[in-house]
Amino acid sequence: MVTELGHFALVLALAVAVLQMVIPLIGAQKGWTGWMAVAEPAATTQFLLIAYAFFALMWAYVTDDFSLRVVVENSHTLKPLLYKIAGTWGNHEGSMLLWVLILSGFGAAAAVFGGNLPPRLKARVLAVQASIGVAFLIFILFTSNPFVRLAFPPMNGQGMNPLLQDPGLAFHPPFLYLGYVGLSMAFSFAIAALIEGRVDAAWARWVRPWTLAAWMFLTIGIAMGSWWSYYVLGWGGFWFWDPVENASLMPWLFAAALLHSAIVVEKREALKSWTILLAILAFGFSLIGTFLVRSGVITSVHAFADDPQRGIYILAILGVFMGGALTLYAARAGAMEAKGLFGVVSRETALILNNVLLAVASLVVFVGTVWPLIAQMAFDRKLSVGPPYFNLVFPPLMIALAVMIPFGTLMPWKRARLARVARPLWAAVALAVALGALAWAMQTGRSALGPVGLGLGAWLVAGSVVDLLSRSGRGPVGARLGRLARLPRADWGRAVAHGGLGIAIFGVCAVLAWQVEVIRVTKVGESFALGPYTVTLNDVHKAQGPNYRATVADVKVSRAGALVTELHPEKRFYPVAGMPTTNAGISRGIFRDLYIVVGDEQADGGYDTRSYIKPFADWIWLGAILMGLGGLLSLTDRRYRVAAGARKPEAAQVAAE
Amino acid sequence: MRRLALILALVLAPLAAQAVLPSEMLKDPALEARAEKISQGLRCLVCRNENIDDSDAALAHDLRVLVRQRLLAGDTDKQVVQYIVNRYGEYVLLKPRANGANLILWGSAPGMLIFGLGLVAVYLRRRKRQGEETPALSAEDEARLAQILKE
Repeated sequence: MVTELGHFALVLALAVAVLQMVIPLIGAQKGWTGWMAVAEPAATTQFLLIAYAFFALMWAYVTDDFSLRVVVENSHTLKPLLYKIAGTWGNHEGSMLLWVLILSGFGAAAAVFGGNLPPRLKARVLAVQASIGVAFLIFILFTSNPFVRLAFPPMNGQGMNPLLQDPGLAFHPPFLYLGYVGLSMAFSFAIAALIEGRVDAAWARWVRPWTLAAWMFLTIGIAMGSWWSYYVLGWGGFWFWDPVENASLMPWLFAAALLHSAIVVEKREALKSWTILLAILAFGFSLIGTFLVRSGVITSVHAFADDPQRGIYILAILGVFMGGALTLYAARAGAMEAKGLFGVVSRETALILNNVLLAVASLVVFVGTVWPLIAQMAFDRKLSVGPPYFNLVFPPLMIALAVMIPFGTLMPWKRARLARVARPLWAAVALAVALGALAWAMQTGRSALGPVGLGLGAWLVAGSVVDLLSRSGRGPVGARLGRLARLPRADWGRAVAHGGLGIAIFGVCAVLAWQVEVIRVTKVGESFALGPYTVTLNDVHKAQGPNYRATVADVKVSRAGALVTELHPEKRFYPVAGMPTTNAGISRGIFRDLYIVVGDEQADGGYDTRSYIKPFADWIWLGAILMGLGGLLSLTDRRYRVAAGARKPEAAQVAAE
Repeated sequence: MRRLALILALVLAPLAAQAVLPSEMLKDPALEARAEKISQGLRCLVCRNENIDDSDAALAHDLRVLVRQRLLAGDTDKQVVQYIVNRYGEYVLLKPRANGANLILWGSAPGMLIFGLGLVAVYLRRRKRQGEETPALSAEDEARLAQILKE
């Protein structure tokens, strides 16, 4: 019964979305306030209906309702409760339902919190948002309906991919989707602005929080995914340039570009049409990401769906929305008149360069990801584009960006003098070069990656500190600290996010450059050296989990006779799925992770052991968290909390509040 | 009995093998380092986007052994890779070769960067010229300013 109601709610949500798409749009065109006002209740109703459908599906998972096809295919009575809940979105149908849930959630949030939006703009934004909802609700109902019943329900389900039964991965998709779908808000605002034919500072101020939120969620979502692969895949890899990872990286880069260019529109009323284009492209790449993942067109570690019909439908959605948006853009973008003038050396220029580097980086990833498809279709060559390619073309762009950031943050608007901007940065330059040289001297005959990473990381962190200090004015230390604490949160957000980027860059380079690896066969009781550590394999025994069998090893790690840690790497076997997984034993530390995997028994009675020292590995995710935190700080900046349009009542066409 | 063992070994191979096995590794560390480097550039054909150095699959194991055999036979790195490509096609290469249509792929990254920077240069130049021509205030602003001053 709950399930039928859920199915019904989903159909009803489609009907509401159609109304929300059509009526406010006509109202906004004709100036009928009553018709425009339909958008708000429609948006909240649509959200509540989809939320009901979503929880109905979750209920089916939790109560093991094996009359539903998706539950049979993806669940099992023995599965722990957490994964029954997470199982709701752990498959194609459920994840698309989560997609529209979040989409309608953003629409409802804009309806509820957008009190100070001009009614006409609001009606248009919500109508565009609803049109995306219509497309995806039709997609769900006709090609991927999660509420399909089985005529003969089996006694038990087929279980869930054991690799996905992990707390880190259970919440990875919701964050990722909050990011992907959050960009739909920027898209809706961009289309509404194009229909309206005007973009001003107030518009940018409304768009930026949504973009920031989406970018923040995407950052955390991507970090969670890489964190998961680090400890699950058995050798500590954290990024594979897998098409599915690239699918999330591309919109992330575009979102980063967008939230920087929106600042220029907000503060200086320049770069308007470029910002609109970025908003369209950012969401376009979200759709491309959805297409790549959901269609299985490029099979990869994560793609679970391999159904061409779905792929073609998503491709059609992509074509209609991008084609429509870009046509509208071509017709209307000329009307976006830029106002603010600026010199060649200025903050505006720095932000434009940032945009170019981020956009090119994203497009480079895109070309590399789809090239195998193009090569096969157009040139009949079956080839691969893998990590060696991306590792060659992507980092130079990021290095250029990292070198530029501290200069950019210190540049004043309109006109700057490079010498003056560089003066407070000399200390940061000296620190970065000194640290890089020190690392170079300490390591002999290894790649330049480590020193470069350390130098760049120090440069970005020190640059952020200089950025903050330069805003604290002059005078006694106490007064400066006080002023520092009272700086707008956007300033703190910028410094924290850029510092976080530096820390992440350093972590990535350090782990790649300075990792120590020992692969050998070890007998129980035997010890071996891993860098300065001594690793002893004490025991290997069997254990039983809720839905798996495990072989657990007891490993002792000591240094100079003193015990450092005891680790228990496991090898699990999930009988329902017939799949083994590796759970590494990891001792986390600020300066290094010890990462030990004990594999299968070998012919001579020993065990295949691989052990690694991964220097500064956790700094990768620390950096990502700091970037997300920077986004959050910026998001809570006062200028977004106070009525956004209030300072510009004329431009915003809002009556006094 | 021996046949049974062989069948078992073949059936269990995908489960038993796990990335580079200690037993596969070469005694000579320099040679082994070369083997590892080559392996990281070769795709495991039956896996999804994994190189043979990281893969658990039986085929990856065979390829790793093959790479090491060729190295022991005295091949250069290039010859080893060519040997594998001759057998499995260019699909095994994770780093696509810069020839034929692939030149588009390799040229795209620097090409797009140069194009982007070129656009920026043109834009900045045009803005600068516009800036010199347009007056500091638009007519509308001028009128507003006049009104404000009057008040």
